[in-house]
Amino acid sequence: MTNKETMLIDGVPVEINGEKNLLELIRKAGISLPTFCYHSELSVYGACRMCMVENERGGLEAACSTPPRAGMSIRTNTERLRRYRRVILELLLANHCRDCTTCENNGQCKLQSLAKRFNIEGVRFPNTAEKPLIENSSVSVVRDAHKCILCGDCVRMCNEVQNVGAIDFARRGSKMTISTAFDVPLAESPCVGCGQCAAVCPTGAIVVKNDVEKVWKALDDKNTRVSVQIAPAVRVALGQAFGLPGGENSMGKIVAALRRMGFDSIFDTSTGADLTVLEESGELAARLEEGGHELPLFSSCCPAWVRFCETRFPELLPNVSSCKSPMQMFAAVIREQARASSRRHVHVAVMPCTAKKYEARRSEFCPDGKPDVDYVLTTQELVRMIRESNLIFSELEPEAVDMPFGTMTGAGVIFGVTGGVTEAVLRRLASDKSNSGLMRLAYTGVRGLEGVKETTVEVGGKPVRIAMVSGLGNAAKLIERIRQGEHFDFVEVMACPGGCINGAGQPFVPAEEKAQRSAGLYAADKLCSIKRSEENPLMMSLYGGILKGRVHELLHVHYGAGEEERHG
Amino acid sequence: MLTMLKTRADLDALRERCAAAARAEEKKILVCAGTGCVSSGSLDIFDRLREIMSEKGVDCTVELQEEPHEHAVGMKKSGCHGFCEMGPLVRIEPQGWLYTRVRLSDCEEIVERTILRGEHIERLAYQKDGTVHKEQEDIPFYKKQTRLVLEHCGHIDATSILEYLAIGGYTAFEKALFDLSPDDIIREVTESNLRGRGGGGFPAGRKWSQVQRQKEPVKYVVCNGDEGDPGAFMDRSIMEGDPHRMLEGMMIAGRACGASEGYIYVRAEYPMAVSRLQNAIAQAEACGLLGRDILGSGFDFTLHISRGAGAFVCGEGSALTASIEGKRGMPRVKPPRTVEHGLFDKPTVLNNVETYANVPLILNRGAAWYKSIGPENSPGTKAFALTGNIVNTGLIEVPMGTTLREIIFDIGGGMRDGGEFKAVQIGGPSGGCLTAEHLDMPLDFDSLKKAGAMIGSGGLVVMDQHTCMVEVARFFMNFTQNESCGKCVPCREGTRRMLEILERIVAGNGRDGDIELLLELADTITNTALCGLGKSAALPVVSTIKNFRSEYEAHIYEKRCPTGNCRKLRRISIDPKLCKGCSKCSRTCPAGAISGVLKQPFVIDPDKCIKCGACVEACPFHAIKED
Amino acid sequence: MNTHEMYQTADAILDRCGREQRSVIAVLQGIQEHYRYLPRELFPYLAEQLGVSEARLYSVATFYENFSLDPKGHFVIKVCDGTACHVRKSIPILERLRSDLGLSDKKVTTDDLLFTVETVSCLGACGLAPVITVNDKVHPGMTPDKASELIKQLREELQNADNA
Repeated sequence: MTNKETMLIDGVPVEINGEKNLLELIRKAGISLPTFCYHSELSVYGACRMCMVENERGGLEAACSTPPRAGMSIRTNTERLRRYRRVILELLLANHCRDCTTCENNGQCKLQSLAKRFNIEGVRFPNTAEKPLIENSSVSVVRDAHKCILCGDCVRMCNEVQNVGAIDFARRGSKMTISTAFDVPLAESPCVGCGQCAAVCPTGAIVVKNDVEKVWKALDDKNTRVSVQIAPAVRVALGQAFGLPGGENSMGKIVAALRRMGFDSIFDTSTGADLTVLEESGELAARLEEGGHELPLFSSCCPAWVRFCETRFPELLPNVSSCKSPMQMFAAVIREQARASSRRHVHVAVMPCTAKKYEARRSEFCPDGKPDVDYVLTTQELVRMIRESNLIFSELEPEAVDMPFGTMTGAGVIFGVTGGVTEAVLRRLASDKSNSGLMRLAYTGVRGLEGVKETTVEVGGKPVRIAMVSGLGNAAKLIERIRQGEHFDFVEVMACPGGCINGAGQPFVPAEEKAQRSAGLYAADKLCSIKRSEENPLMMSLYGGILKGRVHELLHVHYGAGEEERHG
Repeated sequence: MLTMLKTRADLDALRERCAAAARAEEKKILVCAGTGCVSSGSLDIFDRLREIMSEKGVDCTVELQEEPHEHAVGMKKSGCHGFCEMGPLVRIEPQGWLYTRVRLSDCEEIVERTILRGEHIERLAYQKDGTVHKEQEDIPFYKKQTRLVLEHCGHIDATSILEYLAIGGYTAFEKALFDLSPDDIIREVTESNLRGRGGGGFPAGRKWSQVQRQKEPVKYVVCNGDEGDPGAFMDRSIMEGDPHRMLEGMMIAGRACGASEGYIYVRAEYPMAVSRLQNAIAQAEACGLLGRDILGSGFDFTLHISRGAGAFVCGEGSALTASIEGKRGMPRVKPPRTVEHGLFDKPTVLNNVETYANVPLILNRGAAWYKSIGPENSPGTKAFALTGNIVNTGLIEVPMGTTLREIIFDIGGGMRDGGEFKAVQIGGPSGGCLTAEHLDMPLDFDSLKKAGAMIGSGGLVVMDQHTCMVEVARFFMNFTQNESCGKCVPCREGTRRMLEILERIVAGNGRDGDIELLLELADTITNTALCGLGKSAALPVVSTIKNFRSEYEAHIYEKRCPTGNCRKLRRISIDPKLCKGCSKCSRTCPAGAISGVLKQPFVIDPDKCIKCGACVEACPFHAIKED
Repeated sequence: MNTHEMYQTADAILDRCGREQRSVIAVLQGIQEHYRYLPRELFPYLAEQLGVSEARLYSVATFYENFSLDPKGHFVIKVCDGTACHVRKSIPILERLRSDLGLSDKKVTTDDLLFTVETVSCLGACGLAPVITVNDKVHPGMTPDKASELIKQLREELQNADNA
């Protein structure tokens, strides 16, 4: 006999297993209590009042902020509760832009779906909101204050998880808005473009910038050759939008879809990641050799992290790896290869990320003023294009990527998850090149979705202290520790919690489905015949060909150099 | 220079010396230096009186000294007497005379006749119905009051710790340090059944013991001095008039709960309260009554002042602590409660000014004595700010359980200008209204709650038959809507919509169903809002609908304001019998709504009329009427 | 404004109140008391010193009513533009005030920070229309010429005060 504590939810006994609040317990009991402002990874805000439940004395409590107690009895669906929920929804809808059919978030909007669920048949209040306030200065996200319900999810994400602090509440009462300091455009704020605000926004108030039309235009132009690269994290998430199980690798189907849509050459960013592994491991080895203030070496794959570092910790820029990100390395190589053709060339990158849109626009990556990556599409934008193409995604036969960049390694694939870059670099640096060595590496603490992972690995007989952080708030905390004197040799930073698999460009799914994406990437790694980047035969030919004598020009960048120009 | 007190004996000795010095002042002139009297010029009166005294060579002291100064006249700036509309007020002791509406030109006579010759100046005394009330305590406004918390307000120099010591100040704190254990203190406060004066009426003793039980070593004592209700100024008067009394209460709370730091949150609109408190804290520090190892007891306690920056919502506990922490004053969800995770996330005792000011009284005179005042469930007294259409407006203190009738007709002197009592709004924007049927209901926490109102911070606005209750509801809703922090949906969006509906009703655009919609919104807000302020935001509307539904209906269905208050619903017409056709009205009308032929009756076009009333004023023949 | 002097002022206030988040409101109050508003130029520095984001500082500054982000003049003149005042020609008064002071609907305060001219929807003094208020004192029955005269008087008042 275990003496588990229980309570009654709608008359049904439910066991309490350390749930933080009633809401989590109610959801575990299979009741999808409505909320706008509750996210398990953010602090409890308790403002939307949709999750109120009725206790045995007829009192109302917000489920999100009430801890479950043994012997408690609550009801989640009473006449009063339904009435209050309806009034709250009606109040939210009153000043909301209700042009749902043309909204970027149509079909994904919580307000829309709850209005439907609670049968809101009309709104008795006049819409007194001013004209829509569209703010599209950022290349990553677009804001429309008119659609904002002030749940504060974006503010808490930007401040609590990401520690960026670009946006906050301004003013109060019915004049309250979400705003940057002095309402400056996002592009002039410390925003790093990570897009996590859009990922938590329940309505269309913050959405990822849509570049679909531009890509269609390039595809429709007969005189343009359109190439595309697909990031590792895309393949384990895109299928979720089409009902495939989370984490299923749908790379083959994606390639098939892209080919049908008219892309001329289709490549895998994992190949670019192999280049990054070779360059970054070389850089790390060199710095370890030199030692001193050159350490730790920070990874540079994540553009949101790079921007964060530039705005918050400019003094650390010399420690940021000079390697371009896999997308930019690969784009530079693809651009070079395309020079042979006389046709106009447009290069598209499909990324899980909104900050990549910003990265592609950085002056460092626009040699002669022309960007190496013309357009960055997020996974969600590609979903939209596939839908628009009338393709039945689940039934597509998998196809392979194009030559001459057709080979990649498992090391490149795992870049999409936190710890992946580190593991790939260590595969290259480890002296033990056996299969069991690979296995051991996987268990040294590099895997897992924790926000901060630390490990010490032996490289060349010397211990190397490594930290892998995801979420910029965790990065800021780690940097504070380093400032306090803690030593690390290598730090991998990914702005999005869990890494690229949880990028803001990915389909929005519940947290547990997100977790399956990392398993999907490790499974894909397992299936790859080549595990180490240096064993990719393509690398040899690239270093002997396009890259010969131009490694620095095509694969490296110095952040901070262009900084003066842009902000000075 | 104040003496640093190191032991209990030091304190007792100083208190003795101060009392002796105070006794030595045979005569005293107390000039009210409360905010009300200061704005009517009391500080000039004080200066003028001093000037005349020195011209006449009268030996006077303006500050109590530790050493007695025999035969001097003590000149004091006192705290608020509560009778602000009769200000500037000057009290003469030992006679206890109160001079009202004193002007600069009266000063010479006061010194010459009253101080030097001991004569009463009848002209300056309060007079009512032909009766001259010489002594302050004889004035009907004061006679029916029981001033315990406010007992020193107006009677001592609020800027001097020595005066406070002279009348036995800090004896309760002394007891708390040396004679009572923290448990004893809490038992006494619990036994007294002192309930929080900030509105909710939560028993202070229970709150204190909950904080005392927390294991966390760092705890805080916080005083809520953010008295934001329009028309309430009880707490201000205590902070300005008897600041040490409140500090003493906080220090006792700190001792009882194991806190060694306290914060006083004062609204920015009370600059004088801030400076009096700063002064009081500095004096207590200089004497060693605040600081480390107070009087050798081993107890450490320091106090800080946080000034508000203009946000009514900061009167709510968690918003107040957020504001002290330097954040937006937005209430947070509970649990955890303030007693567990309050200021800086530490266990916190949070009470308001009046509650703390009650504490020394309880320790000095005992819980049994305290419980003998007022009803059993709400013992003690309560201070109210009495305003509106009433003869005597001001700050009063009465035992809990006193009826509205006693307050309005005995203390308040009845309705002004022969008006008829219609309702009283109690508790400001968080409260409700009470009508004639409630006149004999005792005012205490529980009775009021039953009647759908609440004490709130204690504002009483008395209204006569000319007050439009819909407009009153609109006024309060406008206030609440402006002050909503904007966090939770029901309060932010709901109050905005309620105001919108009330605005259209008073503008004559009310629709069928508006009353029901108001009640539906009110029900949602009351039951789902995040904080206490939100939950009570709709109370003024609900209680006016409950008691004066017909007024709402007249506005909505007949487009008529029964009291004639709502300008947009006025009908202005020209009586053709009285109109001489002089055209003055038509020339005055800003909207060009009046037309006619000279020497014949003019007419108003109701569609053009903006109901400004300019024509009514202008007509030399009183031919234009509003109804 | 002299930037160096602004930083000195800010530093003095920061030293007094403390450089931590809990001092945010006290520091803003200090700045507001000194300048009669919160100069935007100081926000990046204050945010850095207080260890909060600039957006957070702005958030706090706009929450509380006592903070103003715009400098106001010594005399705040409000021109009533309610219906009654409007038809009694309040706009020509507003225009005269603006032309006398070199102001517009976008620029409401003079460079010397002596005058702020704003409009207000209704002061409830329609019978006296058109009215304006100067620091809350009502001036009834205004005309453009009277408004010009009033500006002159206010300037003199200020000069006399300075001389005295």
